[in-house]
Amino acid sequence: MTATLRIGFIPLVDAAALIIAVDKGFAAAEGLEVELVREVSWSNVRDKLNIGLFDAAHLLAPVAIASSLGLGHVKVPIVAPFSLGINGNAITVSPALLAALMEEIDGDRFDPLATAKALAKVVAKRRKAGADPLTFGMTFPFSTHNYQLRFWMAAAGVDPDEDVRLVVLPPPYMVDSLANGHVDAFCVGAPWNSVAVDLGIGHILHFVSDILVRAAEKVLAVRQIWADKHPDVVAALVRAAVKGTEFIEETANLAETSHILAQPERIGVDAEVIQRTLTGRLKISPDGTFRESARYLLVGREGAGRPEPVQAAWLYAQMVRWGQTALSAEALKTAMAVFRPDLYDAALGHSGDGQASTPFRAFAGPAFDPADLGGYLSSFEVGRRAP
Amino acid sequence: MSAEQSPKIVIVDESPIRAAILEEGLREAGFTQIVHIREMQSLLARIYAVDPDIILIDLENPSRDVLEAMFQVSRAVRRPIAMFVDQSDSSSIQASVEAGVSAYIVDGLKKERIKPILDLCVSRFNAFAKLQEELERTKSQLEDRKIIEKAKGILMKVKGLNEDEAYVLLRSTAMREKKKIGEIAQSIITASEMLK
Repeated sequence: MTATLRIGFIPLVDAAALIIAVDKGFAAAEGLEVELVREVSWSNVRDKLNIGLFDAAHLLAPVAIASSLGLGHVKVPIVAPFSLGINGNAITVSPALLAALMEEIDGDRFDPLATAKALAKVVAKRRKAGADPLTFGMTFPFSTHNYQLRFWMAAAGVDPDEDVRLVVLPPPYMVDSLANGHVDAFCVGAPWNSVAVDLGIGHILHFVSDILVRAAEKVLAVRQIWADKHPDVVAALVRAAVKGTEFIEETANLAETSHILAQPERIGVDAEVIQRTLTGRLKISPDGTFRESARYLLVGREGAGRPEPVQAAWLYAQMVRWGQTALSAEALKTAMAVFRPDLYDAALGHSGDGQASTPFRAFAGPAFDPADLGGYLSSFEVGRRAP
Repeated sequence: MSAEQSPKIVIVDESPIRAAILEEGLREAGFTQIVHIREMQSLLARIYAVDPDIILIDLENPSRDVLEAMFQVSRAVRRPIAMFVDQSDSSSIQASVEAGVSAYIVDGLKKERIKPILDLCVSRFNAFAKLQEELERTKSQLEDRKIIEKAKGILMKVKGLNEDEAYVLLRSTAMREKKKIGEIAQSIITASEMLK
């Protein structure tokens, strides 16, 4: 079998599995001739995938769900046979906001509940003083970044729509916006947090893995209609991506992987910065403090490549919580069906039996149960749920 | 079309030439209220200040994602803004994405009024792309001419030919080898440098 594919991606480290699959020849070995197309906005990736200019794409997991539900744009059913990354984002704050938070904090600086409570105090103080609300940058309305920021601050009673401003910024503009005071903080993927720290204008407050133990970040997205028509190509693409992750996760390949990803037509930043992200050892402060987490970004290991419908359910729940859509059993079913572990298993010749899904865990809130979204959502005080 | 009826159009494009081409087309078509935003810093604030009915943005612009957020935080805007899309518009979307432009409209604006604007965008964007292509071609032709002059000089010196004879030799060689004169000229220059 041979097939020619155009695949869109945004220059972020979690496009690694695709880039390595193509540049190391794993895709070619599966009979796939792939042209990787670097894009500048998620809107472009979504539109080009939807109208068939791209056969597949590196896509924000919530955008795949929103597209399948017809939220914010044309309804085009998308399926994700492979998960490109789990976690990988971080919240970076300006030195001034960090100082304000540290003045108020009661507890561990890396405990998200302690920082969220400190944020609530800073917000209250600013309101009393008549200061402008704090502004947080994130990448897209339907993004994990948006939901992670909201989940974190709302846990301490900060209403993300009333008490602070949340604004969308293209990732390459995040660092400048923090430097010139347009935003006080942002939540973004690699490498932008590290770039801000290296420039001395930001401090990494949290890895998002502090907030959610395991959150689906980017997926390999294809149109459902296309997947139905080309099951062999989908399977070959999944196998190539899996080989890509196996290569990436091999410690001996770290330098080569970082070098390939650093190329200007790929991610286009320093190999050393990419290496930090892949190892989960990040400089979090301009003074040179490092912090390490094995869960900072999961590409392949710990079953990260297998899409888990429970993750799609949680993302859908966030869309409901923040008023992007209303709760419906049918929409939940549609959302969960975007994540296709069956296609993943079929590609690798696994039966899929006994592959228990990892329960969804977060630092706050009740246990997440997709079967009782209504109950789960009503346990949160802050939210924009449509009536 | 009176100024009253003419919808307020914002063009978000970092390319001043392309924006000018589009603006000219829109004015010719009778649209009078057009604002070009080139600076991407605090884009939303600028858009809120203009309060447009229609926003046109090029697809090379990362700030397109910023516009998408306007659907979510519509409280800050006079009216909610929705993108010009419904299921029946797929051919318009395809044409605009291929041309490299996207349109956002204020909810409530009639579809019949948008279609000609989008069509105009598509044709002007395509015209701009063609213009750029021509510019590239002219540049490479100029470059070719310089190379040919240099190769002629080498042939005249080495083989004792006059200018016309040198050119005829280049041309006949190119025809025989089914190559461009520029390519033959380049190989003469390369060879002569190697033999220096």
